[in-house]
Amino acid sequence: MGRYIIQRLIYMLITIWVIITVTFFLMHNLPGSPLKNEHKIPPEIKEAILKQYGLDQPVPVQYLQYLGNLMTGDLGASFQYNGRSVTSLIMEGFPASLQLGIQAIVFGTLFGLFLGCIAALKQGTWMDNATTVIAVLGISVPSFVMAALLSYFVGVKWGILPPGLWGSFAHSILPSLALSFLVIATISRYIRTELLEVLGQDYMKTAKAKGLSRSTTVTRHALRNALIPAVTVLGPLTVQLITGSLVVEKIFSVPGMGWMFVNSIKVNDYTAIMGVTIFYGALIVLSMFIVDLLYGMIDPRIRLADGKE
Amino acid sequence: MASSSTENLTPEMFEPVDSDVNEQEALRGTRVSFWQDVWFRFRSNKGALIGMLLILAIGVMAIVGPLMNSYSYSEQDYSATNQIFAGDHWLGTDKFGRDLWTRIWYGAGISLIIAFLAAAIDLIIGVPYGCISGYCGGKVDNWMQRIIEVLYGIPNLIMMILLLIWLDRGIFAIALAMSITGWVAMARIVRGQILKAKNQEYVLAARSLGASHGRLLLKHMFPNVLSAVIVTIMFTIPTAIFFEAFLGFIGLGIRPPQASLGVLINDGFEMLRLFPYQIFYPAAVLSLLMFSFNLVGDGLRDALDPKLRR
Repeated sequence: MGRYIIQRLIYMLITIWVIITVTFFLMHNLPGSPLKNEHKIPPEIKEAILKQYGLDQPVPVQYLQYLGNLMTGDLGASFQYNGRSVTSLIMEGFPASLQLGIQAIVFGTLFGLFLGCIAALKQGTWMDNATTVIAVLGISVPSFVMAALLSYFVGVKWGILPPGLWGSFAHSILPSLALSFLVIATISRYIRTELLEVLGQDYMKTAKAKGLSRSTTVTRHALRNALIPAVTVLGPLTVQLITGSLVVEKIFSVPGMGWMFVNSIKVNDYTAIMGVTIFYGALIVLSMFIVDLLYGMIDPRIRLADGKE
Repeated sequence: MASSSTENLTPEMFEPVDSDVNEQEALRGTRVSFWQDVWFRFRSNKGALIGMLLILAIGVMAIVGPLMNSYSYSEQDYSATNQIFAGDHWLGTDKFGRDLWTRIWYGAGISLIIAFLAAAIDLIIGVPYGCISGYCGGKVDNWMQRIIEVLYGIPNLIMMILLLIWLDRGIFAIALAMSITGWVAMARIVRGQILKAKNQEYVLAARSLGASHGRLLLKHMFPNVLSAVIVTIMFTIPTAIFFEAFLGFIGLGIRPPQASLGVLINDGFEMLRLFPYQIFYPAAVLSLLMFSFNLVGDGLRDALDPKLRR
């Protein structure tokens, strides 16, 4: 197992390096330039600016320079905010996005599990249909519409919770809720189908025949075997949610990092694009690793560490 | 009395019944193939049937709907902009005075095409990719999963903008954009399910009976993975419909004034505070469509489950 983990860590580094390389060269093919009003700048000043940011070099040289800086943990300075380092920009927006993401994931997963179990145990009843309706609304009404409706009705019209801005826990409830609909829908659907399949298995009959109560058979025997797809989707979903959602943050005026990425691509802020990509890529790669480890814990028959021993 | 009756019996009185062992063993009744059985069970599921009829109805409306009144999807009427009820504009008009009834059905058609495209990409790329990765395991799985991580890690938006430079906007660009990363979630799900199925007893049994790899995967493991595949498609479809709207937003989707449900919802969202009806209609059609897809999906899942077969 230890060897497997070390092996995977090495692969993670290689994968992140590939992501960095591909993104770096793709990014330099983007239309436009990092300079504002490029045509109005006198040539000598333009040259000086390009030189200061190392943009006068050919792209492969820039790439090597960037990798060199990265080795020392330096993500470079952002182009769009004079002199701000990319690291500080990420660290400024990340806490808010992280909090929203985690709240949405935790609430969404628990509620989704609950709904999924009800739907499977009461298959074909009105409760099953009700969870289907909730799930369908969760996936077919986009999060920005949910966010706007929540902000308008709960926030403005009824005045129960703050409709926007950032500060106390109360401010984070509505945006988390808006983000959690997709999680609820996803988890409840996967749990429902998988659970239906598990409930028909022979070992469930055995467990029942042993005299175990309904709740024990479901939580101990059935649920565990129904978790694999839910865990698979939760990995990347968590990363997406904790790195911020552009529209939800915009609607609730949350100072997260969701806006940062789209904005950096718009203005060709190369260092910021790379910084966010590395951050996101590393989290994705890590989440895949954790999911693979969880597979083995949920179902010990799954052995990814190769059956050589 | 009893003895006398037996004595009266002579061998001539008996006649061998013309019986054939094979005939005795023959199955009575018509044989039902797996797919006939699936269709029978699907048909007896009311929800699934309703769902299928609704999808058909929306499909028919997508063709017929735009022809039902005299307006075209692009015709602008500046004397009647943002009207909820305006004469023979049945569902009102948008900010350019375009007829919403026509645009919604036209958009539903485009979105249905995208839904089927997305489902096809999922099935053609995602499912085999996940099957091979999970089934082979080891090195193959390792490399295939690293490729998925790279695809996840490279920012989608950059790839889309670059596609925009090379391609004309339209259905082909949308299909290509979706086929880069649209199937990745499906591949992950299928791989997880195959990993789980791989070590189960029935697979071991089939393998020891000498089943080939292809037969193991297709006949034994795939039916057990199918329900997760169906659920995943149910998620791929709305994701693709909104992805198309996002592509339209950055200039890669369909060309305005053409519309899709995703584009209409985006447009309606801009007017949400002032004219909420503009988002309500397309959102309602999309929800109805998704609801029908889910009903059909649930019905298919139950119908395809070999354990429920009687």
